[in-house]
Amino acid sequence: MKQFTIEPLLGSDWQLGDGINIAFTNSALWMAITAVLVWVFVAGGMKRQLVPGRWQMAVETMTGFIDDLLKANVGKAGRKYVPYIFTLFMFILFGNLLGLVPVGLIPGIHAFTFTSHFTATGVLAILSFSIVLIVGFWKHGFHFFSLFWPSNTPWFLAAPISLIELVSFMVRPFSLALRLFVAMMAGHVLLKVLASFVIAGGGAGLGLGVLVGVPSFVLMVAISALEILVAGIQAYVFALLTSLYINDAENLH
Amino acid sequence: MPQIDQLSETLTSQIFWLLVFFSLTFVLVGLGMVPKILGTVEMRDNQIAGDLAAAQAARDAATGEEEAWRTRENANRAAAQALIGEAKAKAATASAAKLAEAQGRLDAQLAEAEAAIETARSSAMAEVEGVAADAARDIVARVAGADIKPATAKAAVKKVMAHG
Repeated sequence: MKQFTIEPLLGSDWQLGDGINIAFTNSALWMAITAVLVWVFVAGGMKRQLVPGRWQMAVETMTGFIDDLLKANVGKAGRKYVPYIFTLFMFILFGNLLGLVPVGLIPGIHAFTFTSHFTATGVLAILSFSIVLIVGFWKHGFHFFSLFWPSNTPWFLAAPISLIELVSFMVRPFSLALRLFVAMMAGHVLLKVLASFVIAGGGAGLGLGVLVGVPSFVLMVAISALEILVAGIQAYVFALLTSLYINDAENLH
Repeated sequence: MPQIDQLSETLTSQIFWLLVFFSLTFVLVGLGMVPKILGTVEMRDNQIAGDLAAAQAARDAATGEEEAWRTRENANRAAAQALIGEAKAKAATASAAKLAEAQGRLDAQLAEAEAAIETARSSAMAEVEGVAADAARDIVARVAGADIKPATAKAAVKKVMAHG
């Protein structure tokens, strides 16, 4: 479980106000690397040529992907959320993928997946949820509460349903944060367990090594490929659900 | 599980640095670059749409031009046909008039010639009558010894000639 441990790298006594520790940890370092890589990736597509090159095409595909996502889920009003959803998607995607890069092969360097910490995914989920709340109350005022009241339903059904709707609405930030955190952590734990099988199998002699170690290793290769897929899917799911929640706030029923 | 074990000591640091780097990314990339990239894509789409519209307009113009040319050509052809018809009609009337004139002239000549023949024949007839009457008087005088008046001879000749 060492791969999830947060260690201060710089300024372990840095404080914001009274007792609020803001040490620059390995987690913060990987967030910084993610931010820089996202910036480099998008900056590479800023040539603004009429006939795009490969890099520009790649960046335009990503922005177009998010643009289409918001157009499909929110409609024309979704255009103004493209910067936020794009940043969210790219930040999570790069964070997920960076955790899978085998930099551990270099001695002394340990990969760290900040999206496998619910403190990090929680902040992103609360950000998205706050945007939904702010947009909802800004646009609709207290009429936003009608989101929980099912239309064309008799009141004796609508009353319990609205209660359920309210609970499911309040659960959204938790599900958003936990889904990403659990998916990333589970993948890394699974790889770690299989890797320990390989090591233990190899250490127990030739027979067990071939019987346990080799299949575990083959499975690790397959699961690594699956993890790359999961990294993309989880980033997409986060962006998709955020855009769906924004749709609720933007177009009340 | 370090995520829970280290929660209290790392929570503020995690939140702080995530907010810092996410905000930086959002401001620099999301607000600074993404609209420009979307603008580039939109500009390209507009350019393509504009080019397509221009091509369509040029095609429409060409089609219209061809249509105009066709109608003009048809009009020209019709005018030429009319001209030919007119010339034909004029030539026909002219030749008809000439023919009629020639026919009249020929008819007149014919009538004149016939009249001349008629007078010549009647004068020749009269001469033949005179000669016959003289001959008849001579014959009567020589055969019968009677001297008849020329008028009587003439009447007798006429009587015989009339009987054929």
